[in-house]
Amino acid sequence: MSGLSLQSYEPRGRPPKTPKVLVAKLGLDGHDRGAKVVARALRDAGFDVVYTGIRQTPEQVVEAALQEDVDVIGISILSGAHIHHVSRLMELLRDLGEDIPVTVGGTIPLPDIPRLKEMGVREVFLPGTPLQVIVEKMRRLAEERQGARKI
Amino acid sequence: MQGRYSGDTGGLEERLLNLIERARGGSRALAGKLLSVLETPSPEAGVLLRLLIEKSGGNHVVGVTGIPGAGKSTLASQLIAEYRRRGLRVGVLAIDPSSPLSEGSLMADRLRMQRHATDPGVFIRSLASKGLLGGLSLAALAMVEALDAFGYDKIIVETVGVGQADVDILDVAHTILVVTMPGAGDDIQALKAGVMEIGDVYVLNKSDKPEAEQTLEFMKFALEAGTVSARHGWTPRLVKTSAVQGTGIPELADAIEEHRVFLEEKGLFAQRVEDRRVKLARLYARSLVDDMVEEIVGEKRAEILDTLRKSPDPYRSILDLVLEELRMRLQRL
Amino acid sequence: MKVFKAPLCIMCVPTYPPRGLPMPSLFSERELDEIEERLKRWEEGPLRRSLERYPERRDRFTTLSGIEVKRVYTPADLRDYDYFEKLGLPGEYPFTRGIHATMYRGRLWTMRMFSGFGTPEDTNRRLRFLIEHGETGLSLAFDFPTLLGIDSDDPRASGEVGVCGVAVDSLLDMEIIFRGIDMGQVTTNMTINPPAPILLSMYVAVAEKQGVPRDRIGGTVQNDPLKEFMAQKSYVYPPEAAVKIAMDVVEWSVKNLPKWNPISISGYHIREAGSTAVQELAFTLADGIEYVRHLKGRGMEVDEFAHRLSFFFDSHINFFEEIAKFRAARRMWARIMREWFGARKERSLWLRFHTQTAGVSLTAQQPWNNVVRTAIEALAAVLGGTQSLHTNALDEPFRVPSEFAAKLALRTQQIIAYETGVADTVDPLAGSYYVEWLTDKMEEEAWRYIERIEAMGGMTEAVKKGFPQKEISDASYRFQREVEEGRRHIVGVNIFVEEEDEELRNVPLLEIDQEEAERRQVERLRRLRSERDNALVERRLRELREVARRGENLMPYILEAVKAYATLGEITNALKEVYGEWVEPPII
Repeated sequence: MSGLSLQSYEPRGRPPKTPKVLVAKLGLDGHDRGAKVVARALRDAGFDVVYTGIRQTPEQVVEAALQEDVDVIGISILSGAHIHHVSRLMELLRDLGEDIPVTVGGTIPLPDIPRLKEMGVREVFLPGTPLQVIVEKMRRLAEERQGARKI
Repeated sequence: MQGRYSGDTGGLEERLLNLIERARGGSRALAGKLLSVLETPSPEAGVLLRLLIEKSGGNHVVGVTGIPGAGKSTLASQLIAEYRRRGLRVGVLAIDPSSPLSEGSLMADRLRMQRHATDPGVFIRSLASKGLLGGLSLAALAMVEALDAFGYDKIIVETVGVGQADVDILDVAHTILVVTMPGAGDDIQALKAGVMEIGDVYVLNKSDKPEAEQTLEFMKFALEAGTVSARHGWTPRLVKTSAVQGTGIPELADAIEEHRVFLEEKGLFAQRVEDRRVKLARLYARSLVDDMVEEIVGEKRAEILDTLRKSPDPYRSILDLVLEELRMRLQRL
Repeated sequence: MKVFKAPLCIMCVPTYPPRGLPMPSLFSERELDEIEERLKRWEEGPLRRSLERYPERRDRFTTLSGIEVKRVYTPADLRDYDYFEKLGLPGEYPFTRGIHATMYRGRLWTMRMFSGFGTPEDTNRRLRFLIEHGETGLSLAFDFPTLLGIDSDDPRASGEVGVCGVAVDSLLDMEIIFRGIDMGQVTTNMTINPPAPILLSMYVAVAEKQGVPRDRIGGTVQNDPLKEFMAQKSYVYPPEAAVKIAMDVVEWSVKNLPKWNPISISGYHIREAGSTAVQELAFTLADGIEYVRHLKGRGMEVDEFAHRLSFFFDSHINFFEEIAKFRAARRMWARIMREWFGARKERSLWLRFHTQTAGVSLTAQQPWNNVVRTAIEALAAVLGGTQSLHTNALDEPFRVPSEFAAKLALRTQQIIAYETGVADTVDPLAGSYYVEWLTDKMEEEAWRYIERIEAMGGMTEAVKKGFPQKEISDASYRFQREVEEGRRHIVGVNIFVEEEDEELRNVPLLEIDQEEAERRQVERLRRLRSERDNALVERRLRELREVARRGENLMPYILEAVKAYATLGEITNALKEVYGEWVEPPII
């Protein structure tokens, strides 16, 4: 046994683990319409969603993600300061040796998308991205994360 | 075979002990992951639980419930701040109601406490009432053991206070806070009697509102008239707070402390710990049997209906039908 | 605090004529009966045949507020329609047709473009550029730290300084922004809320240094705290304190700055947060009601301040609904002021408003389409009788507008004003059966919301309960689902989608050197803190805290603190010590 998995010995076999996502607004802007819509869509699609609200610092987001042990971190940011805050967030995760997948949604100019991806952001969602697409990508990331879980 | 119970717990125990030690030492990442293991009963979870119980039992579990909108989360946040000022470490389980319409859940109570997120002496975990095998209460009780073992001096369990799951969790807390607010008289009446009766400390939050005095009188009356019963001879306390302005919080912490001392003196503190462990066992066994009975009844629907029509002793026949199958399944575990 | 209690609902508003008398109507009973008769025959005949051959595109057609739109409107939809009660003439009660007799034939609306980014120097250059291109009023956008009363050298500001607007930390910055601009000649709109008294004080202090007398200082501060709790979310203090501080600004301005609009009661952010048009209308007016009540509670006469209240609405893409919303808003506010609050002066009854086209309607996909959306929305605002207008730039889904995009947006307004002829007659859509029906409908549904809010004890209580927050969140989710399910169309998003969006790649974007802006602000603050009279600053801040505890009007003390070069963050923190800080209820 190389590591401890989360499998159960229930007679019905392993119950499907509900994917758990943190939805957070990074930075100082209060535009939470998108974050809330996405949070609700994920909930309706069967996710456990932890919503931490507006004005979060990268430190607060990382701490909440660890304490809640989420499968994906979904960041929403519309203040234009995404490069600054997200690079700090990714740095914190890296320093802790945590590879929780991170997605970023909001008003992101195209040239910034490759920069975010280089930092390790897995998906970038621009305004107008269908909720269905967001939900599916989040689900895939959560499954990937759960598959790789060891303790 | 990964994840299956191998019977060999030697290596596992050692590893888990190491992880527990690191969680006690302040790794919140590991604490978070260990709590996830406890979400679902499994052999590993069982071993973990045993190891946790060796270390837990000494810390104070405070249940917080009350009417919606009374400001439970803000109050919990202020209480955390007060405990931190007193040099205590605080663990929080925030239990959110989930949408009855869907499979998933949306947990936002944490939002009010987020300012403590980066404080190394505070650990906050949200729990939804869906998707946990064996139910929310079972997972919550196991997590209480964990937070206790990780060395959090105060463990705050915040719930909505309606429904069986909440009551299950609440009545094993050492101290129960029931939070209400001015002008909520009707709501108090409407609250499930089960919850209103279990308070050790009643909190009138938002007491800066003009109607506060009237509600306070009402609550005093309710307490004196004995509409709320005193557990083990403790006279419930009544505290006025304003969580937004932060007033009345030290007094609240003092009242909670008085109750803890009362429990210790009466030898009830350790008894509550035992009670919650027995409750955990009961909830686990019951959920397992419940689920099985559910399945069996589903499979044997036609036979049951037939039995009800034809058997000379239908109750007896149902037992034969269902219990026989249940016995077999339990043996297969 | 609630000294004055207004009647609960429109049912209490006296109706004209008194019940029992026949209503004067646009059409006679005989004509209306005949129209209904003809309509019935039309439905059974030509309509039915047409539907058999050409089915309609949808089962139901609805506005963005979910109001079902009928196939065709006739005078029969306006039965019992009293022209004078509902419309009147331009510049006459209830002002449905406009607050001025000549409207745009006299003076066009003010073309006010929201601008500001980077350092005060950058913004100063942009403002002078806009003045050269014919802009008639200035409008300042502040960065997020400024909006929240946070100094540029605060760790929380890191990465945000100068990004979404200009950074203002102290009087020094305001002096730079208005270098070379005669503050007696321009009017300036400042979109600022919790720190409104601080920014207004800075503006006044700089104008005084320029030698501009107080009665020539003109402009607006947004200063509308209640909508911050339900939308926008740049709140700082708890609701009661926030309203108190905002009303200090109103009271002080009314007495000291006769030309200043000390509040812009804003539906814009409510709408951008995802509300419907009806909610925008209702919540904005309910905010206004709350403020009027508060000011009356201070012992002010309604006619003393009512003419200084101004409004700010969104203009979204559902063309007729927006026009109906603006017209209904004017009529409702006039009623509220006259019937509820007993205003007597005509100007007290006016709902003067600024409009911004809907940022939320713009798409990142095929961004050039945004020019067209903005033009249509701007047209609705003009047909709805706005007093001033901001048109969004096409690149706003990405960033603060580039110079080119900002100019194109201004040109859009100029084309409407100078080429189309829509400004040549007053309220040209009046009398459209549909528009009048829809105006009535908007009003009716908005009253229903206002009644619910009144029953909760007014808007301060309602936002503490999270009522409007929940309504907005539900509406926004509903809309998104409709888009997802294809029941609402957005070109480029869920219809006429282009896989390879070439346009998207070709939008030129404004480059802001954020790090440089932050470095300069931090440096300026460092110098300021070492060079100013710190003992004086300390004294001013101490006085401010004392005054706040006593409950007096804060404005004179904030003005003194600003003149002593106390920073935005220092003043905000002093007030936070007294009033506390708000954390929102978890409503999703």
